[in-house]
Amino acid sequence: MPSTESEIVVEDPSAPSDASPVLAGTRTVEVAVYLLLIVFALVLGYDNWRSGMGWDREGPQSGYLPFYLCVILAGASLYGLGLMFHRRKRATQPFVTRDQLRRVLQVFVPTFLFVLAMQFLGLYVASFLLVAGFMRFVGRIAWWKSLLTSFVFAFAMFATFDVAFDVIMPKGPLEAVFGR
Amino acid sequence: MEALTLLLHGFAVLMTWKILALMLVGLVLGIFVGVLPGLGGPNGVAILLPLTFTMDPTSAIVMLSCIYWGALFGGAITSILFNIPGEAWSVATTFDGYPMAQQGRAAEALTAAFTSSFIGSLVAVLLITFLAPRIASFALKFGPPEFFAVYLLTFCSFVGLGREEKQKTVISMALGLLLAAIGMDTVSGRLRMTFGFDPLMRGVNFLVAVIGLFGISEILLTMEERLALRGHAAKISLRVLWKVWREMPRYWVTLLRSSAIGCWLGITPGGAIAASFMGYNLAKRFDKDPASFGTGRIEGVFAPETAAHASGTSALLPMLALGIPGSGTAAILLGGLMVWGLNPGPLLFVEHKDFVWGLIASMYLGNVVGLVIVLTTVPLFAAILRVPFAAVAPMIVVSCAIGAYAIQNAMFDVWLMLGFGVVGYVFKKIGVPLAPFTLALVLGNRSEDAFRLSMIGAGGDMRVFWSNGLVGSITTLAFVLLFWPLIARIFAGAGRLLRPTAT
Repeated sequence: MPSTESEIVVEDPSAPSDASPVLAGTRTVEVAVYLLLIVFALVLGYDNWRSGMGWDREGPQSGYLPFYLCVILAGASLYGLGLMFHRRKRATQPFVTRDQLRRVLQVFVPTFLFVLAMQFLGLYVASFLLVAGFMRFVGRIAWWKSLLTSFVFAFAMFATFDVAFDVIMPKGPLEAVFGR
Repeated sequence: MEALTLLLHGFAVLMTWKILALMLVGLVLGIFVGVLPGLGGPNGVAILLPLTFTMDPTSAIVMLSCIYWGALFGGAITSILFNIPGEAWSVATTFDGYPMAQQGRAAEALTAAFTSSFIGSLVAVLLITFLAPRIASFALKFGPPEFFAVYLLTFCSFVGLGREEKQKTVISMALGLLLAAIGMDTVSGRLRMTFGFDPLMRGVNFLVAVIGLFGISEILLTMEERLALRGHAAKISLRVLWKVWREMPRYWVTLLRSSAIGCWLGITPGGAIAASFMGYNLAKRFDKDPASFGTGRIEGVFAPETAAHASGTSALLPMLALGIPGSGTAAILLGGLMVWGLNPGPLLFVEHKDFVWGLIASMYLGNVVGLVIVLTTVPLFAAILRVPFAAVAPMIVVSCAIGAYAIQNAMFDVWLMLGFGVVGYVFKKIGVPLAPFTLALVLGNRSEDAFRLSMIGAGGDMRVFWSNGLVGSITTLAFVLLFWPLIARIFAGAGRLLRPTAT
C-alpha cells in the first residue's frame, strides 16, 4: 500500500455488544403490528361506514374508497397473522437486543423531550439544549466542545431560517427578550 | 428538433448567478447528506425542502434536484473508502470498490464511480429530454378514467413485482392511501376519519410523514448499530483521472448495458437499488472471468454505479410526464411541486415551460458540476465521517423538526413526525416496505379524485375502465401485474406439463 494513503479511524466505545440478551423476536413484533393494524382498520372502517360507504346518485360517497381500503388492510393483516401462525415452529430473528434498545432510547427520549420543550422554549433554545445535552451525555464529548458546537449550530439555524429565509418557527421567552 | 430549442431555453433560464449559486449549495449539501450515515437521498431532500418554501418554483426545484444528484454521488464515497454504503443503492459498489481501496487503488475506484455515475445520469437525462415531452403530449388526451388506470397500474406493479412479502406491500400501500384520505374529502367537502380532532382536519401531510419515516427512523436504526469505522483516505490526482478515463472506452458494453437496465428500472417502480444489483450481476455473468469479481475489478464499480444513477435520474421521467413518481425521492419532489402551487402532470409541459425545461437543463449542468465537485473535494467529504455521530444525530433531529413544523406551521405535525419515526423504525425492522407507503400517500388524493370523477362521469358504471382500447389495456395490464406471481407460476406449470419427458 502506498505511504501517501492515510487511514481514517473512528471508534465507538459504547457500541451495543453482540452478546446482549434479545428482548423481542421479530415474529412477536410482527404479530403485534398485525393486531394493531386490524384494530386501526376496524376503527377507521367504522367511521367510514358511518359517514356513508355506499353510492349516491352522483357516484361513490365519501366513505366508499376508504371503507374498502380498511377491508383490504384488515384482510392483508389477517393473512399475515395466518402466515405467522403457520410458521410458528420456525426460528425467529431477534427484533431488538437490550443494548440496542438502550441506544435507541438514548436518541428517542431526548428527541421526545426536545419536541416537548420546543413548545415552551421555542425551537432555537430547545435545539441548543438538545445538541449540547446529547453531545455531552450520550457522546461523552468535552463540555466546552459540546456547548460551543451547539451554540454555533443553534445560531446558524436562526440566521438561516429566521433571518435569511423568513421561515417562522416557534419562539420562546429568550427570543422575546431580544425582541425578535 | 423542438426539444433542443426548448432545452436551450432551459439553459438560458438557469444562467443567473442566483440559480447557479443555489445549484452549488444544493450539490454540496447533497454530497454531505449522501456521505453521512443515517441520512440519504429521500431524507435529505425531505429535510431541506422547507428551505425552498420561500423561493420561486424554478430555483426551488433546481436546488432540490441538485441535492438529489449530490446524494447520488456521495453514496459512492463511503462505500469505496469505508465499505459502508451510504445508500442502499451503493451496496453493490462496495463489492469491488472496497477491495480496490484496500489495494491502494481508492482514487481509481472513486474516479470510476463518479465518472460512471455521470454517464448513467447523462443517458437517463437524454432519455428524459426526448421522451418526456412526447409522453406528456400523449397524456394530455387522458381523462379521469385513463389517469385512474395509470395510478392503478403503478400501485399494482408495486405489489406484483416487489420482492417483499405481498401482504406487507399491500398493507403499506393501503395504509398510505387511508392516511391520505383523512381530513376534508375533496369531492364532497365532508370531513372523514377525523374523530372530531381538529388538527386532523387538514389531513396527514405527506412531507411530515416522509420526514418521520425516513429521517427520524433512520437515526434510530443507525444508533442501533456499531458506529465504529475504519477506512482509507484518498485524493484524486490528474494522473489517475486520465488513466481511468483512457481505460473507460474499453468497457462501453458494460456502461451501455447498465444504463439501459437503470433507465428501465427507474421508469418502472423498480428503483435504483434493484438496478445497481442487476447491473453488477449481469456484468459478472457476461464477463470472461466472473470469479475475479469481488477482488477489485474496476468493471465491478462501473456496472452498479452507472445503473444506480441512470435509474435514479430516469425515475423523474414519469414524475414530469405523468405526475407519477418512479422512486421515493421523486415522490418527495412531487410533494414539493404541490407545495409550490404547481400541478404535476402532463399540463406542466404546456403551462410551465420555464420550470420543466429549467429542471431538465439543470440535470445536465448539475451532473457536470457535481462531477467536478466530487472529483476535487473527496478528501474533504471523507473527513466529515470523523465528526462523531453524537454531534450529527441531534442536528439531524433539529432539521427534521424544522422541516415538519415549517410545512403548515403546526406543532401537531412535529408530534406526527415523531410518531411516523417510530412507525418507520418498526416497519423497516419487520420488513414492511416504505416506498409503496410514500407513493400511496402522495398519490392518494389524486387517484381517489380520478376514480370518483370517472364514476360520476360514467354514472357509476365500472365498465368505464374498459370503455376504450387505451384505458382498457392499461387497466388489464394493471391486473396482470397485480397477479403476476400467480400468472408466472401457472405458465411455469403449463410449460412443465407440455414437456413431461424433457425433465
